[in-house]
Amino acid sequence: MTGRLVAPVVAVAARGWRRVVREWRRSLQLRVGASTVVVTGAVVLIIGLFLVNEISSGVLRAKRDAAIAQVDLGLQDARSTLASVDPGDISGITNALATVTTDLTATGSNAGLYTISIGTANAAVASLLSPQPPISAALRRVVQGGDLAMQYGPMPRPGAVSGTVTGLIVGEPVSTRTGAFELYYLFPLSAEQATVAIVQRTVLLAGIALVVFIALITLLVTRQVVRPVRVAAQTAERLAAGDLKQRIKVEGSDDIARLGQSFNEMAGSLQRQIRRLEELSRLQQRFTSDVSHELRTPLTTIRMAAELLHAHRADFAPALGRSAELLTIELDRFEALLADLLEISRYDAGAARLESELLDLRGVVASAVDASRVLAARHGSVLMVHAGDAPIPVEMDSRRVERILRNLIGNALDHGEGRPVIVTVGADDGAVAVTVRDHGVGLRPGEAGLVFNRFWRGDPSRSRLTGGTGLGLAISLEDARLHGGWLQAWGERGIGAQFRLTLPRRSGDTLDSSPLPLVPDETVSA
Amino acid sequence: MKPRVLVIDDDSALAEMLGIVLRTDGFEPFFVADGSHAVQAFHDVKPEVVLLDLMLPGLSGIDVCRAIRVESGTPIIMLTAKSDTVDVVLGLESGADDYVVKPFKPKELVARMRARLRHHEDLVAETLTIGPPESAVQIDVPAHQVRRQGIQIALTPLEFDLLVALARKPRQVFTREVLLEQVWGYRHAADTRLVNVHVQRLRSKVERDPERPEVVLTIRGVGYKAGPP
Repeated sequence: MTGRLVAPVVAVAARGWRRVVREWRRSLQLRVGASTVVVTGAVVLIIGLFLVNEISSGVLRAKRDAAIAQVDLGLQDARSTLASVDPGDISGITNALATVTTDLTATGSNAGLYTISIGTANAAVASLLSPQPPISAALRRVVQGGDLAMQYGPMPRPGAVSGTVTGLIVGEPVSTRTGAFELYYLFPLSAEQATVAIVQRTVLLAGIALVVFIALITLLVTRQVVRPVRVAAQTAERLAAGDLKQRIKVEGSDDIARLGQSFNEMAGSLQRQIRRLEELSRLQQRFTSDVSHELRTPLTTIRMAAELLHAHRADFAPALGRSAELLTIELDRFEALLADLLEISRYDAGAARLESELLDLRGVVASAVDASRVLAARHGSVLMVHAGDAPIPVEMDSRRVERILRNLIGNALDHGEGRPVIVTVGADDGAVAVTVRDHGVGLRPGEAGLVFNRFWRGDPSRSRLTGGTGLGLAISLEDARLHGGWLQAWGERGIGAQFRLTLPRRSGDTLDSSPLPLVPDETVSA
Repeated sequence: MKPRVLVIDDDSALAEMLGIVLRTDGFEPFFVADGSHAVQAFHDVKPEVVLLDLMLPGLSGIDVCRAIRVESGTPIIMLTAKSDTVDVVLGLESGADDYVVKPFKPKELVARMRARLRHHEDLVAETLTIGPPESAVQIDVPAHQVRRQGIQIALTPLEFDLLVALARKPRQVFTREVLLEQVWGYRHAADTRLVNVHVQRLRSKVERDPERPEVVLTIRGVGYKAGPP
C-alpha cells in the first residue's frame, strides 16, 4: 500500500531533481544567482553573529561593572550597620539585617533594579536568613570562603507572582565582629535581554534584506549579460542551421553591443564566403555542363565520320586504311578521357548525386563481370566469381557501383598477366564487400595508397589493352565515398593485388568493418 | 518504303553527317534546325521516328517533345549531350522513348532506331486482361488498343509494348534489365531510369490512382509485374 504511494512520489521527486539539475547546467543566470546568494548569506551570517555577540557581551560587561560598583557601595553600609550589633543578640542581628536590606534596596542605582539577599553561616540566625533557591550552594561556598562571586542564572521575575527571568547574582562576604555574612545582589537582566533581542532581530532582518537585495541585483546584472549571450547563441544556432540572414539586434555601444557587432560581422563575412563558394560551385558546374555540350556535338560528328571511314577502310590504300583505324581507336580513348574528366570535375564541383535503390548486389556484380568478358578473353584471363546463392539486397546507385566494379576488373585484367582474376562477394548484417584479386605483377610497398591518385601509372612501360584514362580508380574512389563506402588496395610484388570495395547496406549508415579481408587469406597463411 | 526520320538538330555539321549515316543505313532523313519549326515539320514529314536534340534555338527540345506527344505516339529518341540525371529524366518525362548520349556511335543510334521501329509481326488475334476486375485493363494486341471498362486509353507504341510485355506473363516479375531487353531492345544492361520513367508514364494513363497502382505493380528490390486479374 505504501509502496504504491511512495513509488510515484519518488518518481516525481526524481523528475523534479533531474529538472533542477538540467536547469542548473543550462542556466548561467541561475548558477550566478545561487552562488551569489550562498556567498552573501554566509558573509551576512558571520557578520551578524559577530555583531550580536559583541553587542551582548558589551551590554553584559557594562551591567557587571555597574553591579560590582553597586555591591561595593552596599558593602560599606552593611558593614557599618552590622558592626554596631552585639554578636550574641540574635534579634538585634535580625533587625540590623532587615534594616540593611531595606536601606540597600531603597538606594537608587545606575545598575538598575535589584533585590538583596543576605546569608550567614551563623547557625542561630541561618534559619531566618537562608537565601532562596536562585542562589546556589556553590556560589555560597565561594562567598563564605571570603571572595566576591558572580553567577548568571534564572531568578523570580521582580514584581511578579510567578515566572523567572535571567539575572546576575553578585555575592560578597561581609565580615564584621558580629560574624560573617554574605550579601547577595540579584540583578534581573530583563532590560539587557530585551536590548539583545532587539539587536538580534534587527541584524537578522537586515541580513535577510541584504541577501534578497543582492540576489535581485545579481539577477538583474546577469540578466543584462546573459540575455544578449542567449540571443547570440540562438542566432548562432540558426546560422549553423543554414539561415545565413540571421543577425543580432545591436543597441548601444557597450561591451555586449560590441559582441553583437562582431558576431554580425562574422555572420556577414561567413555569408559572403558561402555565397562566393556557392557561386563558384555553380559556375564550375555550369562550365562543366557547357564544355560537355560544346565538345560533344562536334565529337559526335567526328565519331560518325570516323566510323564511316573505318567501315570502308578496305577500299582505301593501306596507309589511309590504317589512318582510319587509328582515328577510330584514338577517338575511343579521347571520348573515355573526356567522359572521365567531366565525371571527376562533377565530383570536384560537389555536383555528384546518389541515385540509390534497393538492388541485389550479385546482379550488379554479374553485369560488371559480363561487360568485362570480352576484355578477359583478349587478355586470355579466366574471370571467376564467388557470389553465393542468397540475394544480397543493398541500397546503392547501381550505375556507380557497376562502374567501380568494371574499373576494378579492367584494372585487374590489365595487370593480371593472363592469370585468373577472382571476384568475391561477401556480406554481413551491416555491410557488403566485393574483392577483385589478380595474380599479376602486384604493387610495390607504398603503392597501395598511390593507385587512387589521378593519372598515376604503376609501370609506364606496360601495355594497356583497356586504354585506361588514368582516372578510373580516382573516380571509383569518389563513387565509393559518395556511398559512404571504402575502396582499398593491397598488393605485393610478384604475388598480385587485391582491391576491396565495402559498402553499407543501407545508404547513410557508417561502416566500421568489412565482411571480407583486404589481404587475401592464402598470403597470410603462406 | 524507307522509314522516314525527322532529325531536329541545330548543328548543321552533325545533321549532315547524320544524313549520310542514316541514308547509308536505309532511312530517309528530313531535317529541321529550329525548335519553333519542329512541330510544323513533324506534320509535313509524318516521320516514323524522330531524333531530337535537347538544346535547340527557338523552342527547347523538351517543349518540342511534349508538343509532339500531345498529338502522336511516334517514337522519339533524344540526342543529349548531358548524361546528368536531371536532363535525361526531364527528357524521358516529357515523352521521349529512349535517348543516346553524344558522342554516340552511329551503329548504336541505328540500333536504337530499329528497336523503336521493330514492328509487331504477331498478328494473331490476342486479347489480354490484367488488373483487378473493377478496374481491369483489356489489351487488343493486333489492333494496338487498350481499354479500361470500355473506355479507350491512348498509349504510345512504347508504353503499349511495355504493357503487353508485362501482361503476356502475368505471374512473372520482370527485372528492369529484362524489360530493357524485351521492350527497348538493349542487349546489355542500360539505364534503368528508362524503365522507371516509362512505368510512371504508363501508370498515369492506365491506373485509376497512379499513387496506388493496381495494373502495374512494383516488386521492391526486383522489378515490376502485371496486377493479378
